[in-house]
Amino acid sequence: MNNKFRNSIIFQVVVISLVIGIGYFFFYNTQQNLRQQSIATGFDFLTREASFNIGESVIRFSAKDTYLRALMVGVLNTLKVSLIGIAFSIVIGTVIGISRLSTNWLVAKIAAIYIELIRNIPLLLQLFFFYSLFTELLPHPRNALNPISGVFLTNRGLYFPILGEHPVYPVIAASFILVCLVVLILHMFVLKKRWLSSESVPKAPVYLLLIFGVPLLIWIIGGSPILMDVPKLGGFNFGGGASISPEFGGLMAGLILYTSAFIAEVVRSGIQSVNKGQTEAAMAIGLGKVRILRFIVLPQAMRAIVPPLTNQMLNLTKNSSLAVGIGYPDFVSIANTSINQTGQAIEGVGLIIVLYVFFSLVTSIIMNWYNRKIILKT
Amino acid sequence: MINNEVTDIIGPPVMKNGWGAWINRNLFSSWFNTVLTAICLYTLWLIVPPLIKWFFINAHWNIPAEECRLGDGACWSFIVHNFRFILFGFYPFEHHWRPALAILLFGIITLVSINKNWWNRKLMYLWLVTFLGMAILMKGGIAGLTPVTADRWGGLPLTLILSVTGILFAYPAGILLALGRCSKMVGIRAICVGYIELIRGVPLISLLFMASVMFPLFLPDGVVINKLLRAQIAIILFAAAYLAETVRGGLQTIPKGQYEAASALGLSYFQQMRLIILPQALKTVIPSTVNIFISTFKDTSLVVIVALFDLLATTKASLANPEWLGFSREGYIFVAVIYFTFCFSMSRFSINIEKELNRGY
Repeated sequence: MNNKFRNSIIFQVVVISLVIGIGYFFFYNTQQNLRQQSIATGFDFLTREASFNIGESVIRFSAKDTYLRALMVGVLNTLKVSLIGIAFSIVIGTVIGISRLSTNWLVAKIAAIYIELIRNIPLLLQLFFFYSLFTELLPHPRNALNPISGVFLTNRGLYFPILGEHPVYPVIAASFILVCLVVLILHMFVLKKRWLSSESVPKAPVYLLLIFGVPLLIWIIGGSPILMDVPKLGGFNFGGGASISPEFGGLMAGLILYTSAFIAEVVRSGIQSVNKGQTEAAMAIGLGKVRILRFIVLPQAMRAIVPPLTNQMLNLTKNSSLAVGIGYPDFVSIANTSINQTGQAIEGVGLIIVLYVFFSLVTSIIMNWYNRKIILKT
Repeated sequence: MINNEVTDIIGPPVMKNGWGAWINRNLFSSWFNTVLTAICLYTLWLIVPPLIKWFFINAHWNIPAEECRLGDGACWSFIVHNFRFILFGFYPFEHHWRPALAILLFGIITLVSINKNWWNRKLMYLWLVTFLGMAILMKGGIAGLTPVTADRWGGLPLTLILSVTGILFAYPAGILLALGRCSKMVGIRAICVGYIELIRGVPLISLLFMASVMFPLFLPDGVVINKLLRAQIAIILFAAAYLAETVRGGLQTIPKGQYEAASALGLSYFQQMRLIILPQALKTVIPSTVNIFISTFKDTSLVVIVALFDLLATTKASLANPEWLGFSREGYIFVAVIYFTFCFSMSRFSINIEKELNRGY
């Protein structure tokens, strides 16, 4: 035993010093090379002027701003793409996953073909394809397609009207959020009560009335203003309204379709993992189809779904870095531009790694917390 | 209480076979299913006929680009005129038979390997010989073949080389990492966990960037490795982390008794692993290993971002040719078909193996 212990210590010391040795070798070479090529080190470049433009941004950005702000724009763009992508692909993926198990042969087959087709083609290829659909098939802004009044489809993007600026609108938005919160709290309270007394309280109509009624009431009190900001063709492109660029549209389409196919498989295997006896037992105590799915199958399936679903959410976040391929300014793309301009590759790649590891950690922590909540308590 | 009323007598269920019964059961079993079927059929009717028209009926197969633009069908002439560049990239035109032969060799040995009964040592040597042959064919320099440097390799051979070599080297590395992660030695475990989680936490693109901009800085002055090899190393490092997790899953399925029986026989740690544990563990994870190979195969398309000319990059380059501008759909559909053929057949293979393994012993 003692001998074994000694051997294991020796082995570990050897391996660890080997790793440290190789690390030092790289570090030493890097220092030499950097000195020779006179490349600056450190994060001073973050405060310098970026002097490049970014196509689209959540916050205001101009070429005069610093690299730090440029990278912030990248982080926000990555977050935006990931959050929208995750929300849509979970919804679409769940629908397709359930369709895959449908008793309707046609629905099940279409879902299966969709899943196989999407999963076996590289995402980058799909991104290129959707991006090219936008830029090649759609006309120049001058001959924009106009499917619905106010909405314009062009090869520069999709333009659509949004609400204009009016003092009542922010109040309506605030009231909407407030009512949603109230309903959420109410729902938790009512649900608890229902579990205890097993009496069924009709909730959905009341909730809907609250959520949509209160903002509507405020709108009417405010004088029911209708103020739209409609896109107009001016010069070579549209102005006003809101728009979705081909880069953003292509990236979203690709990411959502790709991830939803994987999520569909996760949902399918999760539902299949629930023992058939559970459904039969639920039928025997007289529950209907929807209630069986809602109260018996899904809660149990969630246990099998959540861990791989977390993986898919992380995959989507990581895959959003492929945006650089079609020119959407996500974090990796902006970090890459910064690397090319400053030559500070190590700091740039380091920042990319730190950011993504941070995203993974946060997502894992949240999903692990959720997983612990739904896991079987014995 | 006794119920004396005579209730309706229900006959035994009627067994129904044949087309009519099948359609009834699978398409119109309830009003909801009927509605779904109707919606699906209507959507298919809207989508499929125009697609077939575009794909085949109105398509042009071999006419110049100018005439192609006038038609309203697919312009497969783009593929007909460019497929040699798409498939082989900048490889010297008169030597295209060499990569073609290499791919053929690879295809034959793959087909041979599908049969599980032939998995033995001889097949492994055959693989080695095939690889050697493929390398000689690609690189040249001996047997009267003109040498072709690696920077001219491209297209499908490059995609295959990157993915197959990637998995080949990542596999042993992944096994070592998995063993390290399951080890009782704290230091080793920390290193392996750190590596695996770090790599799995970042996108492949960041590793490829690292390979293209940071590797040159890591090496001593004067030592240069080419772009292809750098990307290859990045892919190996990436795949190894994912393989490690798969192998770890396999290791965890091995019951404790196997370890104990192996040590009771007096086998050393490495003997235990090589003779008892790994043969069982690796076998159970063959399907997931194939799945990792599929994702690696798809992921090699990312090298387009570090300016290597794999299958996707050569397609993109052909599309940038002013003469053939605007035929992206045709080009991308063509490569998508190639990728799909490879990935789909591999995934079928993986499913078959899984079924075979599940038969139980």
